[in-house]
Amino acid sequence: MKFIDEFRRSDLAQALISRINQRSRTSVRFMEFCGGHTVTIFRYGIRQLMPPTIEMVSGPGCPVCVTPNADLDKAIAMAGVPGVIIATFGDMFKVPGSRSSLQQANADGADVRMVYSALDAIQMARDNPDRSVVFLGIGFETTAPTVAASILQAQEQRVTNYRVLSMHKLCPPAIRAILDSGEVRLQGLVCPGHVSAVTGSRAWEFVARDYDIPCGVSGFEPLDILQCIAMLVDQVESGRSEVEIAYSRGVKAEGNAEALKLMDRVFEPAPADWRGVGGIAGSGLKIRDEYGEFDAERAFPIEVGAPIEHAGCICGEILRGVSTPLDCALFGTACTPQCPVGPCMVSSEGTCAAYYGYGGAVGG
Amino acid sequence: MCLAVPVLIKSIDGREAEAEIGGVSRRVSLWLTPEARVGDYVLVHTGYAINVLDQEEAEETLRLLEEIAALNGDEG
Amino acid sequence: MEDRILLAHGSGGRLAHELVERTFVVALDNPMLSRLDDSAVAEFNGRLAFTTDSYVVSPISFPGGDIGRLAVCGTVNDLAMSGAKPLYLSLAFIIEEGLPLNDLKQVVDSVALTAREAGVSIVTGDTKVVHRGSADRLFINTAGIGIIGEGVDISGSNARPGDKVLLSGTIGDHGMAVLSVREGLSFSTTLESDCAPLNAMVADMLNACSDIRCLRDPTRGGLATTLNELAGQSGVSIRIDEGSIPVREEVRAACEMLGLDPLYIANEGKLVAIVPSGHADRVLQAIRDNPCGRGASVIGEVGAENPGRVVMNTGIGSSRIVDMLTGDPLPRIC
Repeated sequence: MKFIDEFRRSDLAQALISRINQRSRTSVRFMEFCGGHTVTIFRYGIRQLMPPTIEMVSGPGCPVCVTPNADLDKAIAMAGVPGVIIATFGDMFKVPGSRSSLQQANADGADVRMVYSALDAIQMARDNPDRSVVFLGIGFETTAPTVAASILQAQEQRVTNYRVLSMHKLCPPAIRAILDSGEVRLQGLVCPGHVSAVTGSRAWEFVARDYDIPCGVSGFEPLDILQCIAMLVDQVESGRSEVEIAYSRGVKAEGNAEALKLMDRVFEPAPADWRGVGGIAGSGLKIRDEYGEFDAERAFPIEVGAPIEHAGCICGEILRGVSTPLDCALFGTACTPQCPVGPCMVSSEGTCAAYYGYGGAVGG
Repeated sequence: MCLAVPVLIKSIDGREAEAEIGGVSRRVSLWLTPEARVGDYVLVHTGYAINVLDQEEAEETLRLLEEIAALNGDEG
Repeated sequence: MEDRILLAHGSGGRLAHELVERTFVVALDNPMLSRLDDSAVAEFNGRLAFTTDSYVVSPISFPGGDIGRLAVCGTVNDLAMSGAKPLYLSLAFIIEEGLPLNDLKQVVDSVALTAREAGVSIVTGDTKVVHRGSADRLFINTAGIGIIGEGVDISGSNARPGDKVLLSGTIGDHGMAVLSVREGLSFSTTLESDCAPLNAMVADMLNACSDIRCLRDPTRGGLATTLNELAGQSGVSIRIDEGSIPVREEVRAACEMLGLDPLYIANEGKLVAIVPSGHADRVLQAIRDNPCGRGASVIGEVGAENPGRVVMNTGIGSSRIVDMLTGDPLPRIC
């Protein structure tokens, strides 16, 4: 497969691993923000290959993981509204909310269906004219423009029973909040790859500039991650703090203007709650009034009870990079992929799921 | 985040395209990449192309990595 | 006859008898079944292998097969994995009211064809029809009986350190072929299910080596789950090599698109064999000589440290744990 296989070449991986091991002198902690990067790192056992000077810590870049219980409870409640079909990405299906999950709601008689794309949800709306299809808008800047486009398409095609429940979030404010908290000291940031394809690498310049932290934008193949780590090591050893791109085939400094335009046309920034981090101003996306007819919040205003956080679950601390799953008393015992307590264990990109599935203590 | 896969655009029909990867075909939306042309590779995320891939940059990156490998060979 | 299945077809009355005689018996054509007694009767000499399975695949027809073929292959293969020669199958249908008769006939024809291919007979059966909405078009339950030859001792608990792990061919074909026609996830591909009876291959393997330790077909849960089961049952560890696991390009591509891992995708025409290392080459050749085993390879070996654990060498010089499947492999976006 083109643009995939070449970036898994083991000879080039060995070369980068050697280089990193040769050049890394200073003890550093690098954070990979994005859940997809966590998966690549664990899947290819990259931590094992790093010199003892490099510590890797995972960040909150898993949109499923950072969706707070209150939001999930709202989506589950909406599933109970008569006539509503919930269309969701597979990732959200099993995440436990305060009392239930979408999967559980489906088993209890609600109509919850998995889709691969918002376009499938629009089709579902066309196929079921007497029902309301509510699409759960989860994801960062990679996904939000696609959902924005879907709203514009629904408008164009006059599909009036298509609605979106926007739980979209923006990454830069979250990164800023974590760095401002001072809780975790970082000497390098592996910046999200496909978010950057949309926002451009310049979205991370504030990290290098305001916090003096080296940044590298990485892709999702092992060579991308290794090249990114090599770049960060070089920056650290030469005392630089810049934003470099280790995914130049997919990311440019300026990003995708059309995608940003559409996202801005349909959504506006709003406050949002991130699990583990709390409220962050301007970190969420709300559907603009102009497109209000597609806003599920307007169509189905729902009050849900106060969210219940599960005792002992330290997903929040793990998302902030302060703890690892191995620090959690529930990890692997009360909390497993079969019966997860928190989203980090059930999301396929959650840090806990990665540790569990790929043997974090041993293999990750 | 986020699963996006490089696919080859085989044909375009308005703002939709037929795209292929490894012998598997799917329709993708070009709403976010109106500049995409037949023969381009695009990154597809949840049914939408989010960016056109830069093939020259890909080759440049591989060349760079091969250089590093060669240098390592000399040093090692 | 009606062109759709009605509740009356399952009630034991005239319509039900017509269905059995005109559709099932005609297609499945064998003396034991034609007697239409309440039980099939046969004589056996030796150890019996006995298995049961239910089939609820949706959609019931997919590239490369249908629920009928799947039912025969699944049952035959379960028997073959114990080293048994499969002989007789039972076949019970639970049909959703309203299923077009032609759809049922197609499934029965598939059953008949596959049974002939595998050299087994369907000797007894049952039909029930349930209200619309109570079954997803068609469910099938089977049971199967086979005979195990003298001295054959194949079990998931027999693996020993030093044994080699063989895989008979590409993984992920069946699961991805089914996903390709499932609503909401459709993508077009020439991928077909690998659904096939493996009893002839196993017979050849047993001729090549009388000391095969384990055989298992990696169905639901995929290769990863099967290897974990074997490692657990035998109290050993298994180390595999990512580069040696054959995967069709289309399966890899479809998995990339949906965020799935071929290691966890179902196969219906493949087997894993654990054999003493000295016999690995002979057994591998026996597999490769069979049309279903062309892509066979040695994928790893059995070790003693960390019993129950499956570890994979990644090809960039690292290794990682391969866990069992937990839950359904849901396509992800993130």
